[in-house]
Amino acid sequence: MDDDERDVVAALRRGDEATFRRLIERYRPGMLWLARRYVRDRATAEEVVQETWLAVIQGIDRFEERSSFKTWLFRILANRAKTRGQREGRSVPFSALDDPDSEQHAVDPDRFLSSGPRAGWWSSPPAPWGIPEDHLAIRELLDCIRMTIDDLPPRQRTVIALRDIDGWSADEVSDALEISDGNQRVLLHRARSKVRTTCGPDDDGSGA
Amino acid sequence: MRLRRDLTCRELVELVTDYFEGALPARVRRRFERHIGKCDGCTAYLEQMRVTIELTSRLRTEDVPSEALEPLLVAFRDWHADGA
Ligand SMILES: [Zn+2]
Repeated sequence: MDDDERDVVAALRRGDEATFRRLIERYRPGMLWLARRYVRDRATAEEVVQETWLAVIQGIDRFEERSSFKTWLFRILANRAKTRGQREGRSVPFSALDDPDSEQHAVDPDRFLSSGPRAGWWSSPPAPWGIPEDHLAIRELLDCIRMTIDDLPPRQRTVIALRDIDGWSADEVSDALEISDGNQRVLLHRARSKVRTTCGPDDDGSGA
Repeated sequence: MRLRRDLTCRELVELVTDYFEGALPARVRRRFERHIGKCDGCTAYLEQMRVTIELTSRLRTEDVPSEALEPLLVAFRDWHADGA
């Protein structure tokens, strides 16, 4: 545990409200993404996050500093979200799309030549994709990305949101989701590929 | 010799995240970069993936709504008032 973390725990114990508030602001987005992996909808995820903070308030005096505060926080959250998901009769969602072992293509195979000396090379190469300067065009793109991420299978959604929106490291994400580094990368690659295909300039219709 | 031949575009597009993450073995990384050096299509593809990541990072999460924050601050205050 680093000093910053030790300070955080000490501040919470003595009732420092500004610190508590800062922690909520820092961790709530990631908590919501993670909770949504286990429960039915966003509203339930919100409830789980609120319950988790209440558990933190009541448990901080017993927190044993063997793990980091963040690890502890997300463990409470995951346990609560899992329990809640089970009560909803929801087994941990696991579709073929979400299974890192199932084979899926980042790009529609039809985009590549299937025979000849250049088999496996682009038959119709992708076009460059510049970020538009127009505000409205950017807003539309961001809306598309947000909706695409929302519709992803749960584990892909959680991985891309924590990595690419919230800026978590690869290790933090694999730990929180209890998956291997390799699986984390597969899920991230699938999620990014889906966003590129859906919102990018040359939709190749690969839907994978 | 399978290992020495060039990567195809179809193979390369599946390795892009591993490449960004620095997770490719050195030998594969060299083949990846050699391919990129001579393929405009994959250069554009790589750039598209960079743009995807950059745009996604702009989806900043909204501020904590006060109906979520306030009850927690009240609970925090109460807990410490009781414990004092
Ligand atoms: Zn290529």
